[in-house]
Amino acid sequence: MYVRYLEEASRVSGSGHRSEPTRGAALTRRQFLELTTLAGSGLTLGVLLPGCGSAGPGGGTAAGPAAPLEMPFLRIAPDNTVTVIAKHLEAGQGVWTGLPAIVAEELDASWQQMRVESAPAKAPLYQNNAFVPLGVHAQFTGGSTAIANSWQQLRTAGATARAMLVAAAAQQWGVPTAEVTVSEGVVAHAPSGRKASLGELAGSAAQQPVPANVTLKEPGSFRIIGREKLPRLDARAKSTGTQQYAIDVRLPGMMTAVIARPPRFGGKVKSFDAAKAKAVAGVVDVVEIPRGVAVVARDMWSAKKGREALSVDWDESGAEKRGTTQLMKEYRALARGKQALTVAQAGDADGALTHAVHRVSGEFEFPYLAHAPMEPLTAVCSLGPDKCEIWAGCQMQTPDQAAAAAITGLKPEQVFIYTLAAGGTFGRRATPDSDFVSEVTSIAKATGGKYPVRLIWTREDDITGGRYRPLNYHRVEAGIGKDGKVAWRQRIVGQSIVIGTAFEAVLVKNGIDPNAVGGNAAEEYDLDHVHVSWNAPKVGVPVLWWRSVENTHTAYSKEVIIDELAQAAGEDPVAFRLKLLGKHPRHVGALKLVAEKAGWDQPFPKEKGRGRGVAVHESFGTVVAQVAEVTVKGDSITVDRVVCAVDCGIAVTPDVVKAQMQSAIAFGLSAALLGKITLTDGHVDQTNFHQYQVLRLPDMPRAVEVYIVPSSNPPSGVGEPGTPPIAPAVANAVRAATGVRLHTLPFDLAAARRANA
Amino acid sequence: MSIKLTVNGESRELDVDPDMPLLWAIRDHLELSGTKFGCGMALCGACTVHIDGQPTRSCVTPVSAVAGKSVTTIEGLATPAGQAVQKAWIALDVPQCGYCQSGQIMSAAALLGANPQPSDADIDAAMSGNICRCGTYVRIRAAIHEAAAALGAPKPAGS
Repeated sequence: MYVRYLEEASRVSGSGHRSEPTRGAALTRRQFLELTTLAGSGLTLGVLLPGCGSAGPGGGTAAGPAAPLEMPFLRIAPDNTVTVIAKHLEAGQGVWTGLPAIVAEELDASWQQMRVESAPAKAPLYQNNAFVPLGVHAQFTGGSTAIANSWQQLRTAGATARAMLVAAAAQQWGVPTAEVTVSEGVVAHAPSGRKASLGELAGSAAQQPVPANVTLKEPGSFRIIGREKLPRLDARAKSTGTQQYAIDVRLPGMMTAVIARPPRFGGKVKSFDAAKAKAVAGVVDVVEIPRGVAVVARDMWSAKKGREALSVDWDESGAEKRGTTQLMKEYRALARGKQALTVAQAGDADGALTHAVHRVSGEFEFPYLAHAPMEPLTAVCSLGPDKCEIWAGCQMQTPDQAAAAAITGLKPEQVFIYTLAAGGTFGRRATPDSDFVSEVTSIAKATGGKYPVRLIWTREDDITGGRYRPLNYHRVEAGIGKDGKVAWRQRIVGQSIVIGTAFEAVLVKNGIDPNAVGGNAAEEYDLDHVHVSWNAPKVGVPVLWWRSVENTHTAYSKEVIIDELAQAAGEDPVAFRLKLLGKHPRHVGALKLVAEKAGWDQPFPKEKGRGRGVAVHESFGTVVAQVAEVTVKGDSITVDRVVCAVDCGIAVTPDVVKAQMQSAIAFGLSAALLGKITLTDGHVDQTNFHQYQVLRLPDMPRAVEVYIVPSSNPPSGVGEPGTPPIAPAVANAVRAATGVRLHTLPFDLAAARRANA
Repeated sequence: MSIKLTVNGESRELDVDPDMPLLWAIRDHLELSGTKFGCGMALCGACTVHIDGQPTRSCVTPVSAVAGKSVTTIEGLATPAGQAVQKAWIALDVPQCGYCQSGQIMSAAALLGANPQPSDADIDAAMSGNICRCGTYVRIRAAIHEAAAALGAPKPAGS
């Protein structure tokens, strides 16, 4: 369904979306406003106030109609608010600040008048432009692309609106457009002393022709973009409990559902007995859906109790019954075999390794990892005969819309998705089969649409529910020859994320899933002899992109082995890397900046148990280098300080960039120090945060310093790229402190000491 | 069975299963959505409210246990410490996804209410029960110190 939709969408011309006044979209947006006001979206400005029409100081009036200027990506209301229509999900990464900043810059608005709301689900208008070259015309948020793909689009949108406001002012005041200025949200004509707000001119501006071409600012004249501290537009709502998430949506007559899912991945419902569940007070329906059995009740507590009382007989004939110990054994065996897909090849890795003067090798093990966003997966669905409405923190509106259409038999345009702020995602809400959105739609269909239904995953559902970062095994051998040239041979064993999904057609080339093997040493260093290969075992545990995807493991083995190679050659880890980065100037820039800020050229205090380590990695077009300082006492690792340098092109909102680096460091540390999902006989061993441990405040390094590499390149992403370097930086620091090599995650220093002995 | 309690200064009556966790009574029956569900096992702190001033995980507190007591949720947080915390949270742009922040703020407000000048160790101890998957911990620490400084600062003349 999704693929077919993509094909249909790809035939639609993507042009005209910058300047189309889109009356159809306005209607949809009004519906959206009414509905999200119902849902209470704290940021939505639901009412258009009449304009002030006040006289300017020069006596001139902006006597246009008190009407808004509505465009696909922004709306200027007579009350002088400028609302940016965000096509991307806000899940904490700051797009509700970054996207408005781009518009505000070119519009010359004041930051105080900026507002933001989610766009409706509507491709290709709100498609992610980063994937258009791949033939994908879908609206979705992922791959750290939100700011990068919106950069030209929103600058153009802001500049276009500005030009129309200027034209409206010039016409009203009878002055040349060249004499009209806009600054801090005030349109002015200095010679006559006339002034008007953006809101006062909005109605007249809407009558102006849409200019075909607009001039964008030179980066040197930016005053909002790059401002050191631009307050987040969502900070107040998120500090007062008023921000609305999908779990907070209340509709008249709404019921709450939880789902009993198969205890093993791949299980199916054989039969079920709902009698006891239906006897629980508050339970109104028990229905089978493709993913299990849904218990629907008047409130969450009753639904949960109903599920506990439910009896389901599962068909586990097709279920995955292996545990992770067995899987890892199979992965090791695969890695020893000759059969594999070649990912990268240059020179003669085998020959060069045979004759190497310095050699290191390692076997790396990475566990499955759950995303565990703080808002468990939640969605609300209201289904009518010719309309399906969905409220959710949607990360993939177009596939979600297509999935709901397929389930209900409606057309995609009859599916309305109201994207609410998500309580975290880290990739979890972007599922090729639409996962929880499909589930809630299936429940609405199975219950005949007789009431709106809210689906809530419990934390246990979330932790045991799959869609993990794939289990991985890497075997790496690296060496330095007499000629100083580096050889690298690596086998990666891990499930493909996209093969078998609708994404396979666009992402997989020659059988290689970049989401399994990208970011390996061949991509990131200048290596003369290299051979990287991949085995993709078929396992029934569903896997998914997890903040920085393949880079969570490829960066680790790469940066740890490079560091060990530097040590074997007796070279400084920073200097050694710099020699191998001749073709990677941005890596060099980030590495030099982090070394300078961390005081790398100063000898590190030779205290027992203290060490520092470095790592650098590019992902999603952004290069991040980090230095970690650690203290090891016994088998316990404390990360004292992290210094981080990031090259993300132009930093649109530097404080958000810093927040994302802090966030990604915490996320990566969580995985390095604590995170692990294991399975026994196909059953997930962890159920909640007592077993699936995540980083807590006392474990956060006391000092986290973030520095941005000055750049005039267009912006690249910051949501994910801060994650990959932290685990190897800490591992390298621990090795510097103790001599112990950490090749298995999460770190278990006692086990590593035994393995190293 | 009807249970009477005070929520954010108002008398409320709940006719629900007495075993229902206070969290779901607040969210589903009193329609106050600022208090969040995160784990259901008192492991993450997203559901933190104040019961007679004490920070409490509402997801494991049966509603029957709060009969006659006074519950404060994020919507009713009005203590000087609570307001200083919220002000600092906004000033430092602490929230990212924001979902855990009601619980973080309730824990921080309770900490500062009891200990207006906490040390780093005090903050670690008081906040270790609140998980933030966005990892806003650096800013949470800074905001608590900022709120403490604001609370300790001499009041402006005339006030």
